[in-house]
Amino acid sequence: MTVTRPTRSSQYEAQELEPASDKPSRTTFRRRLPNLPGGLGAWLWLAVIILPIYYVILTSFKDQAGFFSTSPLWITDPTLDNYALVLENDFLRYFANSLIVTIGSVIPALMVSFMATYAIVRGKSRFLGMTNKLFLLGLAIPLHATIIPIYYMVIRLQLYDTLLALILPSIAFAIPISVLILATAMRNVPNELFESMRLDGCSDWAMMWRLALPMTRPAVVTVGIYNALQVWNGFLFPLVLTQSQDLRVLPLSLWSYQGQFGANIPAVLAAVVLATLPLLVLYVVARRQLVGGLAAGFSK
Amino acid sequence: MSTHIGSRRARHTAGPSGWMAVPALLFFLVFAIIPLGGVVLLSFSNWNGLGAITWAGLASWTEILTSPVTINALVVTAKVIVYSFLVQTPISMLLGVFIAGSQKYRALLAVLYFVPLLLSSAAVAIAYKALLDPNFGLAQGLNIPALAQNWLGNPDLALFVVIFVIAWQFVPFHTLIYQGGVRQIPASLYEAAEIDGAGRIKQFFHITLPQLKYTIITSSTLMVVGSLAYFDLVFVLTGGGPGYSTRILPLHMYLTGFEANAMGAASALAVILVVIGLTLALVLQRLGGKDRSASQLEGL
Repeated sequence: MTVTRPTRSSQYEAQELEPASDKPSRTTFRRRLPNLPGGLGAWLWLAVIILPIYYVILTSFKDQAGFFSTSPLWITDPTLDNYALVLENDFLRYFANSLIVTIGSVIPALMVSFMATYAIVRGKSRFLGMTNKLFLLGLAIPLHATIIPIYYMVIRLQLYDTLLALILPSIAFAIPISVLILATAMRNVPNELFESMRLDGCSDWAMMWRLALPMTRPAVVTVGIYNALQVWNGFLFPLVLTQSQDLRVLPLSLWSYQGQFGANIPAVLAAVVLATLPLLVLYVVARRQLVGGLAAGFSK
Repeated sequence: MSTHIGSRRARHTAGPSGWMAVPALLFFLVFAIIPLGGVVLLSFSNWNGLGAITWAGLASWTEILTSPVTINALVVTAKVIVYSFLVQTPISMLLGVFIAGSQKYRALLAVLYFVPLLLSSAAVAIAYKALLDPNFGLAQGLNIPALAQNWLGNPDLALFVVIFVIAWQFVPFHTLIYQGGVRQIPASLYEAAEIDGAGRIKQFFHITLPQLKYTIITSSTLMVVGSLAYFDLVFVLTGGGPGYSTRILPLHMYLTGFEANAMGAASALAVILVVIGLTLALVLQRLGGKDRSASQLEGL
C-alpha cells in the first residue's frame, strides 16, 4: 500500500486541476455497491444545513407582528422593511469597510505568499527550509492567542482604530495556510519546464511570473478566496483593534445590530443575509476553484 | 541581485535566492512570531491595557493557575475539543466518502454543504440564537415540544448547543478534506478487494480507513487547533454563559484581558492556549509517523 503513495497524490492533483479529465474505472464498479449509510447521512445532513438557512431567510422577510404570530416555517405577508432598516443604518459603510480590509489584506498576502512559496519550493537553501518550517509551525499555533501583544503593538504604532490595524495582522495570519496550499500546487509543476526556461536564460523572477504563476493559477485563486473568507468574516481583530462606529466591519456590525434592534429579530436576520450575500455571489462564481482547490491543498 | 542569481546558475544549483521569501517572512515575524514572544513576556507583567507595563513576576501565573474559573475553562475547552472530534470526524468521513462518488447529485450536495462555511461565526451565532428561541424558534414550527427547550439558558444544555453549532459550521470543511483524501485512493485496491469478495463494510475498514490515515491526521489537527479558536462563535452565541458553562479558554482569555483589563493574566492564559495547541498538533503529527514528515519535507 505504501508503494502506491507517491503516484496517488500526483495523479489526483492532475484531476483537480483539470476537472474535465476522466476519472479512472472506479466509477463504474462502485455503483454496484450502494453506500446506504452514506446516502442516508448525506440527505439528513443536507436537512440539518438547509433548515436553519431557510429559517433565517424566511424570517428576514417577516414584519415583527408576523414573526410573533406566524409559524417559523411559513410566511404570509413578506416585507422588505427589514432590509430597508438595515440599509438605513449604515450597512453600506460597514460593507465598504469590510471590502477595503479584505482586498487590502488578500492581495498583499497572495503576493508575498506566492513569492515565498516559489522560493521555498524551487530553492534549496537552509534559510528557505527554516522559513518553511516556521510557516508550518504557524498552522499548529492558535495565532489568535497573540492578540494582546498585537493590540499593544498596534497602539504603539499609532494604528489603533484604523483599518490598517486590521489589514497588517490579517496578512501575516494568512501566510501559513497560503504557502501550504500554493506549495502543494507548485510541486506539481514539472521540473523540466523550469529547466528548459532556465536554459533559455530566464531568471527565477521571470520564471515565477511566466511559468509558475500560470501553472498554479487555480491554487492561487483558491487561496485568494479562502483568505478573503477568513478576513471578511473575521471578528476578533475588529473587536479588539477598532472602536469607532465609522470603522465597523460587517461581522462586528451584526453584533451591534443585535444590540441596536433588540427584539426586532427579523431585522437582525436581514442584516445576516445581507452580510453573507457578497460571499454567496462569489461562491456561485468561483465554486469549483474553491472546493476543488481546498480539497487538493489539504489532501497532501 | 542579478549577479547573485547568475552565480548560482553558474554553479548549476538551480533555484531562486532566499530574498523572495523575505517579505512573507517579515510579515510573519512581526505580526505572529514577535507577538508570540511578547505574550510570554507580558504574562510576567502587570498591564491594564492603557497605562504603563510593570514587572509582576509570577503573580499572574499563580493567580490564573489557582483560579477555579481557569480550571473550569480548561475543562470546558477539553470537552469542546473531545466532543467536537467525536461528533465531527465520523460525520465528515461518512459524508466525505459519499460525496467522493462521481454521481452528479453528489456534486450538488457538496455545493450545498459548503454554504455554512461562507457565513461568519457572528452570523451563525446570531442565527442560532433566534432559531433556538423556545417560543419563536424552529421548535415551534416543527411542532416538536421536545425541541422547545431553553437551549442557551440551561447550563446543562448550552455546551452541547455550542458543540452542535460548531459542528454545523465546520463539518463541511472536514467533509471536503475527506472527499479529497478518498479520491486519492487508487481504484485498483477496491477492484482487487472486489475480486476477493470483500463487501462494502470490509472494504471500508480494510482499504478506505487505512488509506485515509494522513487525511485523518490533517483533519484532526485542523479540528483540534481550530477548537482553540472558536472564540467569536461562543462569544456571540452565549458570551460564555450561562454562568461559566461555555466559557472556553480563548473566550476566558479575551474576557480576562479586555473586559477585566488584566492583560498579564490574559497573556498567561494565551501562553497556555499556545502550548496546548502546539502539543496537540505535534502529538497528532507524530501519530502520522515518519512518512508524513518525509512528504512535508519533499521538495525543500
